[in-house]
Amino acid sequence: MMNVVTLLYLVASICFIQALKGLSHPGTSRLGNLFGMIGMAIAVLTTAALIVELSVSGAAGLGYVLAGLVVGGGAGAVMANRVEMTKMPELVAFMHSMIGLAAVFIAVAAVAEPWALGITAHGAAIPGGNRLELFLGAAIGAVTFSGSVIAFGKLSGKYRFRLFQGAPVVFKGQHVVNLLLGLALVGFGIVFIATESWPAFFAMLALSFVIGVLIIIPIGGADMPVVVSMLNSYSGWAAAGIGFSLNNPMLIIAGSLVGSSGAILSYIMCKAMNRSFFNVLLGGFGGETGPAVTGGEQKTAKSGSAEDVAFLMSNAESVIIVPGYGLAVARAQHAVKELAAKLTAKGVQVRYAIHPVAGRMPGHMNVLLAEAEIPYDQVFEMEDINGEFGTADVALILGANDVVNPLAEVKGSAIYGMPILEAHKARTVIVNKRSMASGYAGLDNPLFYMDKTMMVFGDAKKVVADIVKAIE
Amino acid sequence: MEVVSHTVINITIFVLAIYVGYHVVWNVTPALHTPLMAVTNAVSAIVIVGAMLAAALTETGLGKTMGVLAVALAAVNVFGGFLVTRRMLQMFKKKERKTGGAG
Repeated sequence: MMNVVTLLYLVASICFIQALKGLSHPGTSRLGNLFGMIGMAIAVLTTAALIVELSVSGAAGLGYVLAGLVVGGGAGAVMANRVEMTKMPELVAFMHSMIGLAAVFIAVAAVAEPWALGITAHGAAIPGGNRLELFLGAAIGAVTFSGSVIAFGKLSGKYRFRLFQGAPVVFKGQHVVNLLLGLALVGFGIVFIATESWPAFFAMLALSFVIGVLIIIPIGGADMPVVVSMLNSYSGWAAAGIGFSLNNPMLIIAGSLVGSSGAILSYIMCKAMNRSFFNVLLGGFGGETGPAVTGGEQKTAKSGSAEDVAFLMSNAESVIIVPGYGLAVARAQHAVKELAAKLTAKGVQVRYAIHPVAGRMPGHMNVLLAEAEIPYDQVFEMEDINGEFGTADVALILGANDVVNPLAEVKGSAIYGMPILEAHKARTVIVNKRSMASGYAGLDNPLFYMDKTMMVFGDAKKVVADIVKAIE
Repeated sequence: MEVVSHTVINITIFVLAIYVGYHVVWNVTPALHTPLMAVTNAVSAIVIVGAMLAAALTETGLGKTMGVLAVALAAVNVFGGFLVTRRMLQMFKKKERKTGGAG
C-alpha cells in the first residue's frame, strides 16, 4: 500500500517539475499549468485513498477534509477570478501567508498526535530528528506567515496602521533585538527537541511570529519585489520542512522547487537594484531622502500639453514607452495600446522597455501589458533595449520614476549603482506623472529637470487618451 | 550492513530537488515571473497532504481543528494559485494569437 502511494507521489512530483518547466515559454506554459493541476489532483486523491485505508472509521474522517477543501477552495477560486492584475502582489503575499500558517497548524497537529501523521507508532514519543524538522518547519512557517501579512499591508498601501505603511520602521538597536530574539528562538527549539515540551514549542512559535514581523518592517516599499520573492522562497522551505518531518519525499521535492524558485527570483530582483540580499534584509531603504544633488530652488521642470506630445510623437521615427506602476494604477494599458496602434499606423516604431522591478513583483509589468493585449514582440527587457535609447527620438515615461532616475549613476545617492533604463539618452523625454512627488524610493529625479524633458501632469489614462485624440 | 536513516534519504532527495529547481527556474522567461510565483504558491500548497492526514486521522479536538484549518488554508492556495496562473497565462495566449494572425 505505502509503496503504491509513494510511487503515485513521485508521479505528482514530476508533474510539479513539468509545471515550472512549462513556464520557459508562453506557448508551453498553459500545458505546464495543467500538469501542475494534475499533479495536485493525484496527490490529493492518493492521500484520500490512504486515509480511507488507514482510518478505523473508514471514510468518515474524509468529511473533515472535504469541509476544509470546499471552504478554502471556494474562497481561493473566487479570489483567483476576481483579483485585478494590479493587485497580484497582494494576492501572492496573501497566499504565502496561507502556506506559512498551514505549515504551523500541521506542525501543531503533528506534535499533538504524531501517530496520526505516520511519524511514530501510537503513543510513542517523536524521534529527535523529526522534532528538529518539526521545529524548522513550524518556525519557518510562522515567520512566513507574519512576514507575509506585513508585506501584504505594505503592498496594498491602504491601511493606516503604521506597520503596514511603505516607509520603513527602524529603531535603535533593531538588529541587536532581532539577533537576541533569534538566539532565544534557537534556545526554545533546543529545549523542544530535547524534551518535546509544549510550552517550548509555543514559545518558539510566538517568537517566530514576532521575528517575521520584525524582519519585514524595516524594509521599504521600493524593495517589495525582493520581499515578495523572499517570502515565496520561505513558503517553499516551510513546505519542505513539513515534508522532512512527515518523511514525505513529495513534500520535500515540491517545497525545494518553490524554495529555489523564490531564492532565484530574490537574486534577480536584488541584482536589478544592484543591492546585496543582506543589504535589503537589513532594511531602512526607501524612506530616507538622498543627498541633494541638484540645488533645491532653481529646479524648474518644463511642462507641456497632450497636443505638444502628440506633435512630437507623430513626427518621431522611433518611440520607446517606459511603463511604470503608475500606468497600471491608472488602468491606462488599453489607452497605451491604442496610442501605439495609432503611431504604428503612421510608420513610427513603437517599443516597450521593461525594468525588472517595474511594478511590485517580478514580471508584474509583463502581465499588465499582456492583459491589454500588447504584442509580445514589442516588449523588451532592460538589457535588450538599453542600447536603443540613444537612437530613439522620444522616450515616453508613463508613471515610472525610480527605474529611470539618472541619480543611479551619481556616486553617493541612495540608489547609486542600480541599473536603470537609460531613457535620459533619448532625444526627447516625455514624462507623465500625477505630480512632482518623489517615487517609491523617496528620491527626487533630475531627469524631470533636464532641458529635453517635458512633463505632462495628470492621470496617465486621461493624458494618453488626450494624446491619442490629438494625433487624430 | 547498517540501514540508511530516513533523514539521510530525505536530505538526498532535498538536495537533488533543489538542483532540479535551480536549473528549471533559470530557464523561466522573465516575462512569466509573475505566473511562476503564482504557480509556486499552488505547488507549495502540497502541504495539504499533511493537513488532510491531520484532519482525518487525528482524534483529539486540537489535532482535528488544526488539521481542518490547515486543509482550508492550503486549499485556498491550491485553487487560487492554479486558477489565477491559468487566468494570467490565458492573457499571454490571446496576444500570441493576434501576432500570429497578423504575421
